Amino acid sequence: MSTKNFLFVNRKAPYGTIYALESLEVVLISAAFEQNVSLAFIDDGVYQITKGQNSKGIGMKNFSPTYRALGDYDITKLYVSSESLAERGLTVDDLMELTYEDADDDYAEKPSIILANREEMAAMMAEQEVILSF
Amino acid sequence: MSMLHIVNKSPFERVAFDSCLAHASAGDAILMIEDAVVGAVDGSSFAGKVKAAMADKSVYVLGADLAARGLEGKAMEGVTIVDYAGFVDLTANNDSTQSWL
Repeated sequence: MSTKNFLFVNRKAPYGTIYALESLEVVLISAAFEQNVSLAFIDDGVYQITKGQNSKGIGMKNFSPTYRALGDYDITKLYVSSESLAERGLTVDDLMELTYEDADDDYAEKPSIILANREEMAAMMAEQEVILSF
Repeated sequence: MSMLHIVNKSPFERVAFDSCLAHASAGDAILMIEDAVVGAVDGSSFAGKVKAAMADKSVYVLGADLAARGLEGKAMEGVTIVDYAGFVDLTANNDSTQSWL
């Protein structure tokens, strides 16, 4: 099977709608097909990976720890919109520390989050072959 | 006569929150729940509108929805954090409610 560049675009906050969880499910499925997968967190999508999520009070499962597992599935490119963070009063310090172990570099732990402005995000999008939006 | 306005949509995605602020009267209460709680975060591009509303309206946010999104402790000063019992009190203490879906 040929390998293609897949991009999952996440633009919705978690919990209020099902989009964020559904996207994560499809991302995990895509990992099984050994594609070149990237994720983009734009607009309200940046809330999906904030740290310290505690959903006990709303009676829903906190699925944010699952993002930490993406590195183990070789999903190591998580592009986060710098403008979207700033508009929401957030910084990269408000996000979870998402990392992966680089097999080509003696399994050194490296950050998966790539802060990107709109121009950089657009350039990354232009390189994609399949784009799935949530 | 006071009204409780309930908002559940992110102000960055829909205009419901803006509409709510534009139609709420002095003395009314505004409660952010579900995705609308992101409007309570200080330092955002929407925070100024909420602060302006606080001049003559009381503004509340549901704590459980803030916590779920990792935003506990980021709410701006002047916004009162309530639990579900507080939500019930707000509906009981105002003459009517309006949901901005």
